[in-house]
Amino acid sequence: MTGRPAIQVSGLRTVMAGNVVHDGLSLTVLEGETLALIGGSGSGKTTLLRLMLGLMTPQTGEVRVLGQALGACAKRDLERVRHRRGVLFQGGALFSALPVFGNVALPLREMGGLPKEAVREMVMFALSAVGIGAEHANKMPAELSGGMVKRVALARALVLGPSLLFLDEPTAGLDPDSSKAFVRLIREVRRTMSLTIVMVTHDVDMLCALADRVAVLAERRVVALAPLPEVVRLEHPFVRSFFHGHQARCAEDSLRQYRQSLQEDLLHAG
Amino acid sequence: MGGPEVWAVSGHWTLQHVVGRFTTMEQHIAAAAATARSWDLSGIEAIDAAGAVLLWRGWGHRRPGGLLLRPEHEGVFSALAAAPLALPKAARPGRLTRPWRTLLAAADHAIAATQLLGQLALDLLVWLRHPGQVGWREVSANLYRAGAQSLPITGLVGFLVGLTLAFLTARQLKTFGADVFVVNILGISVWRELGPMLAAILIAGRSGSSMTAQLGVMRVTQELDALSVMGISHTARLVLPKVVALAVALPLVTVWTCAAMLAGGMLAAKTQLGMDPWQFLLALPAAVPVSNVALGLGKAAGFGALVALVACHFGLRVRPDTESLAAGTTAAVVSSITAVIMLDAMVAVMFSDLGLG
Repeated sequence: MTGRPAIQVSGLRTVMAGNVVHDGLSLTVLEGETLALIGGSGSGKTTLLRLMLGLMTPQTGEVRVLGQALGACAKRDLERVRHRRGVLFQGGALFSALPVFGNVALPLREMGGLPKEAVREMVMFALSAVGIGAEHANKMPAELSGGMVKRVALARALVLGPSLLFLDEPTAGLDPDSSKAFVRLIREVRRTMSLTIVMVTHDVDMLCALADRVAVLAERRVVALAPLPEVVRLEHPFVRSFFHGHQARCAEDSLRQYRQSLQEDLLHAG
Repeated sequence: MGGPEVWAVSGHWTLQHVVGRFTTMEQHIAAAAATARSWDLSGIEAIDAAGAVLLWRGWGHRRPGGLLLRPEHEGVFSALAAAPLALPKAARPGRLTRPWRTLLAAADHAIAATQLLGQLALDLLVWLRHPGQVGWREVSANLYRAGAQSLPITGLVGFLVGLTLAFLTARQLKTFGADVFVVNILGISVWRELGPMLAAILIAGRSGSSMTAQLGVMRVTQELDALSVMGISHTARLVLPKVVALAVALPLVTVWTCAAMLAGGMLAAKTQLGMDPWQFLLALPAAVPVSNVALGLGKAAGFGALVALVACHFGLRVRPDTESLAAGTTAAVVSSITAVIMLDAMVAVMFSDLGLG
């Protein structure tokens, strides 16, 4: 962590279909950290993610990503921001008309300036890095299982070598084994690529394994922004029910042990 | 050449930094690799797939001897060494030659269409025996969407076509002094052929496409599966209401289209031949035997059912991807218009003695 902000959200007010989703919400994501957004359903986590991606514009307030104010910066700067971020959508959002290979190759081909052979090798490497074998490269998204869709989507999100990665419910709908493998994958990627990660999740395992800081969304704003062990101790009805039964493993010592064990797993696996 | 050379690589080896000069950098690395004894990569701050593949290609797709790496980058290169970088050939679509595949696809369509038709007939019997199960709401919703909402466009197009047709015939008739026959020509052709046909083509483009798209999206979003699980029949709940609604709506739209065409014709007759609209209207019943109207409206009902049937047939065959949805919608509109014209030709031959005095 360098302490410089990667994303700054300030004074956000969002109204959707007459409902106020965010009111005076401010949040800063630091470069190199992994920030988890948690909150009850309807608390505006995914909406906040969409605002950070520039898919929506807030009624008032400002969203700055990598130093550029979304909606107010020059087109070229916005283009640069686009190339430096990757997004893993909840349902994968693979292009159903393209095969797996074409899906991952698309951002590279759009970017241009790379020889065809190199694109092929980069795509195959990105696929093998997320554990998709070469025999699946010609399959269509409709032929893939849910876990494979997520992994292909991650490969597509990472193939441009982003410095910012957005994950929307990355482990939702995965079985415990796949979800553990997915967490390990993201840890590995984060280590090699010096990524800033913003993730929306409901998965306590995911929080324990990855989150440097946790932002709790409730009452239309961020009610807490702190490392996991501190958030767990918070007296807030949502936080209490969210971590019910998980308090012990989210304490500093057990968290450190848990992450250490994951690290060793990784070394053994490598 | 020959001396012990250590190549030190440092900085950012990410896509942003290599894009646009990938090929030249690859050549430089390849040239260096020819003389290098060892590589020191510990100065690399960040590396991603692009940077790693660039080095790998420069090295000739193998790990060079004497490679010094940061421990966190070790994984990248060991993974690269293990990764299959060749794209396997896509599976060829069967061994059959193209004409055979086309024939098989046509047979597949024919079988599926027959099954759909049979299922619809059974569903219709159920409806007739148990009128309580008729999906009146679906029927009326489709009636409104395909019928009422299409009145402006069919009216406008009908009026303009009628106007054009009368304009052209009036000119010709005037040279023979046979002005009054404009009513016969227009009346018969509009009620018997042009009205039903025009309405059917417009409805096929407007409602047929939307029916295919609706069923196709329901396949993509698994709504069709949800209905199956609930034991709700696709044909009874989704297809039959559309077929019935269009079979009812199209004759009504045809009446409206014919009226609009005749209104256009009257305007042209007034301006070109100086024929009073009243005169036109009064001559109409004598010029057009009522069997022509019956034939036209009967055909329209058949066209309506056919358009809905073809649209639903293609809609139910959409596979869960966007490409298939687009292809299905196109095929539905093209096929339903073709089917309408084919049916019309058959009817024209069958009823050639009717109503032409």
